[in-house]
Amino acid sequence: MKTHMFFLGKQGIRMLLLLVCVSIAAFFLVSVSPVDPLQANVGQAALGSMSPEQIEKLEAYWGVGEPPVQRFLAWASDFFRGDMGISLLYRRPVSGVIAEKFANSIWLLAIAWVVSGVLGFCLGALSGMKQGTWIDRLVKGYSLLIASTPAFWLALVLLMVFAVWLKILPVGLSVPIGMEAAGVTLADRVRHAILPALTLSITGVSNIALHTREKMIDICESDYVLFARARGESNWSIFKNHGFRNAILPALTLQFASISEIFGGSVLVEEIFSYPGLGQAAVTAGIGSDVPLLLGITVISAAIVFGGNLIANILYGLVDPRIRRGGGSL
Amino acid sequence: MRTHVLNGRVRTALWFSLAVLFLALITILGLVFAREAVVTDFSRKNLPPSSACIFGTDWMGRDMFVRTLAGLSMSIRIGLLAAGVSALLALLLGILSATMGKAVDSAVTWVIDLVMGIPHILLLILISYACGKGFRGVVIGVTLTHWTSLARVIRGEVLQLKEAPYIKVAGKLGLRPWQIAWKHMVPHLFPQFLVGLILLFPHAILHEASITFLGFGLSPEQPAIGVILSESMQYLAMGKWWLAVFPGLLLVLTVALFDVAGESLRKLLDPGSAHA
Amino acid sequence: MESGKNTRKVILDIENLSVSFSQYDKGFAKADLDVIRDLNVTVHEGEMVAVVGSSGSGKSLLAHGILGILPYNARLGGRMLYEGEELTRKRQEALRGNEIVLVPQSVAFLDPLMKIGPQIRKGKKDAAAREKLDRIFEGYHLKKEVQELYPFELSGGMNRRVLVSTAMMGNPRLVIADEPTPGLHMKMVRRVMEHFREMADRGAGVLLITHDLEQALEVADRVAVFYAGTTVEDADVKDFIKEETLRHPYSRALWRALPQNGFRFIGGTQPYVKDMPKGCPFGPRCDRYCEACQGEIPYRKLRGGKVRCLYAQ
Repeated sequence: MKTHMFFLGKQGIRMLLLLVCVSIAAFFLVSVSPVDPLQANVGQAALGSMSPEQIEKLEAYWGVGEPPVQRFLAWASDFFRGDMGISLLYRRPVSGVIAEKFANSIWLLAIAWVVSGVLGFCLGALSGMKQGTWIDRLVKGYSLLIASTPAFWLALVLLMVFAVWLKILPVGLSVPIGMEAAGVTLADRVRHAILPALTLSITGVSNIALHTREKMIDICESDYVLFARARGESNWSIFKNHGFRNAILPALTLQFASISEIFGGSVLVEEIFSYPGLGQAAVTAGIGSDVPLLLGITVISAAIVFGGNLIANILYGLVDPRIRRGGGSL
Repeated sequence: MRTHVLNGRVRTALWFSLAVLFLALITILGLVFAREAVVTDFSRKNLPPSSACIFGTDWMGRDMFVRTLAGLSMSIRIGLLAAGVSALLALLLGILSATMGKAVDSAVTWVIDLVMGIPHILLLILISYACGKGFRGVVIGVTLTHWTSLARVIRGEVLQLKEAPYIKVAGKLGLRPWQIAWKHMVPHLFPQFLVGLILLFPHAILHEASITFLGFGLSPEQPAIGVILSESMQYLAMGKWWLAVFPGLLLVLTVALFDVAGESLRKLLDPGSAHA
Repeated sequence: MESGKNTRKVILDIENLSVSFSQYDKGFAKADLDVIRDLNVTVHEGEMVAVVGSSGSGKSLLAHGILGILPYNARLGGRMLYEGEELTRKRQEALRGNEIVLVPQSVAFLDPLMKIGPQIRKGKKDAAAREKLDRIFEGYHLKKEVQELYPFELSGGMNRRVLVSTAMMGNPRLVIADEPTPGLHMKMVRRVMEHFREMADRGAGVLLITHDLEQALEVADRVAVFYAGTTVEDADVKDFIKEETLRHPYSRALWRALPQNGFRFIGGTQPYVKDMPKGCPFGPRCDRYCEACQGEIPYRKLRGGKVRCLYAQ
């Protein structure tokens, strides 16, 4: 048990250190940019609406007055206290903008993550157990094809089919235009999330299906499945007792480790469907040189990705009895 | 028996050659038609696909087929540059990581985790922003973000190689680590490296197209597949479906062909599969 | 236990069993590999028969063939009778794990992620299954807590008893033990073998597949000697007391290689499946090899046993 706590502590510290490095790297990248965010953006209108204090702070971070290291330390210490700065485009605290966009995105991401995971696992498991049959070929072909298909093009095609031709789903925006946020019903939200979620789910299936398929083929060729068959277990019983048990852990690990990809996909998909989430905000911030927002989103999304990896690592320790009970390594 | 094995290999080689030939054809045709791609002709605006223009024309009367070819050719060339440099980076860091001791190893592993920790597209946006957007930003961005997985593979391979008797003997003979790496490891790693390089292309091309599509990559006047698809979005609602469908399909085909080329080369170079 | 005059009921009768693999290359051509060519063996009620052959002679395929778990590219020939009736695919599926059971080589044949108890019960949770397993464990002096362990947590001593327990979950009439004691100490081997002997004494037929003649002679009633995909002799254990009572030159060679008989080995190696000689597979290593040996060689009765040799008397 002690070794497990040690393992957890070590992983947690590593994750925090990585986050610090991510923010340093991101800060470095935006600092070397030839684009001057204050010139490009804030300009006249924005500066007018800000307090002198805020303007001073902005100049301290993004102006040219101070050396980069000091600028970073000032930004980081504020960030650490929960002050991520003021978004230049939204003219609100970055933390508030991120919280609002995240609340929109999390639905999309969660649905796509779960659907692609469950569907991918089932298809991969079926394909692996029926290796060489037409089902297997279909699943494998689909996965390989989707792996070559850019998410944004798939989004365009779905948009064309369902919104333009069939007219059964809305073209974009997470809420109907001109409606107060409070007046938005759950049904509206769902309707606007269907196409983006569908796109992300379709593309997310490919990776997990291919990996589960490989794993399931290995399992089916294992000695313990041979013995299970010799003991009269049916295909279903073999899947229930052995296939699922042995394939689910690698699949879960992979799915937790692939949060980064689903998030990356959401940037494109949200942009196409004008879905007001974190991804679209990142694009807007990048185009509009909203450096504080871009940095905030980078750090938050990296935290989510590292969190996913951490969970994947912990899962292995929790679920695999050889690690949980054996205390040793594999 | 032997002739049948050969059959399988011949067929794989055929697939490989076909894929490479097709990709080379797209690249060259795109270059040849570079000028035609930007020719505007307002007498044939927004035409649906026909025998004259098989992909139709856009709002400026440009032939979409020629434009798509030029865009894909551009994508392949950018991919060539970015994936090439990226793969070399992976080779260098992979070998460094596995041969230069624990400190270097953990440093490289750390950088890999760092790069993989930021979602790809977001990192591309950041790098593109750092470079002031445009062509340079895309190439540097794609180069800096794609080397990680190949570096991991090479690191693992080198760690295994280090245990091989002939490498150990070379060490005892007093060869410096870098001499060993260059003389004995690189030749051995070459097949892996080549396959890894080719399999980097699909990702490089997809990411180049994605980032351009979002408006961070190539500028709108350049013939890029991302620009074409981004423009097509504005015309979707008007039912100009051909602006998005055909260029996208050709992009999918290009990416898939790189995959075919990489996988068949892997089969050809893998001595194990020759006996299968 | 007079063999040959065995009046007890025949449980398993295998006649000229062959197993071949068609290997598909990447092209459309296929090549056949005959791993087992002529395998004959009979198991009676209460009898323990050992099939003895060196490693790599395809013995395990016999077990897989009887159970119907050969890989999909394998082809089966010859005849298998179980309790006097053809052992069809449908019967195999109905009988395996219940009347026909397999005891595997090691715990590597157990699912590493499934606890012992549920695994032996095949996931069944009903009271009857639980009770049955508890009783079996008691019989083998295994504590109830062992059911809560994972395979990797078993000690060497428990391994064997757990594997034997898997067989007892059914109502075994035919027990197939495939190399059940690899690398075990002789004392340990005896203890494992006692379990099988016990099953035979309760009326089941036991088919012991092993490469270890010494071990087989210790516990079995009859021995079928297996060479390069063919059974060359079927003999009572008593026939192995003296070299002269054995019928086939290969059995005699095996006899001479036993420690108590001087560890004398013959030259040459067993032929590989791909370059099998015509006729008698042992021919190239036999002193009396001649042209006639390259033709068909019948499996004939001789002095209460059976032999596949033209010269045996």
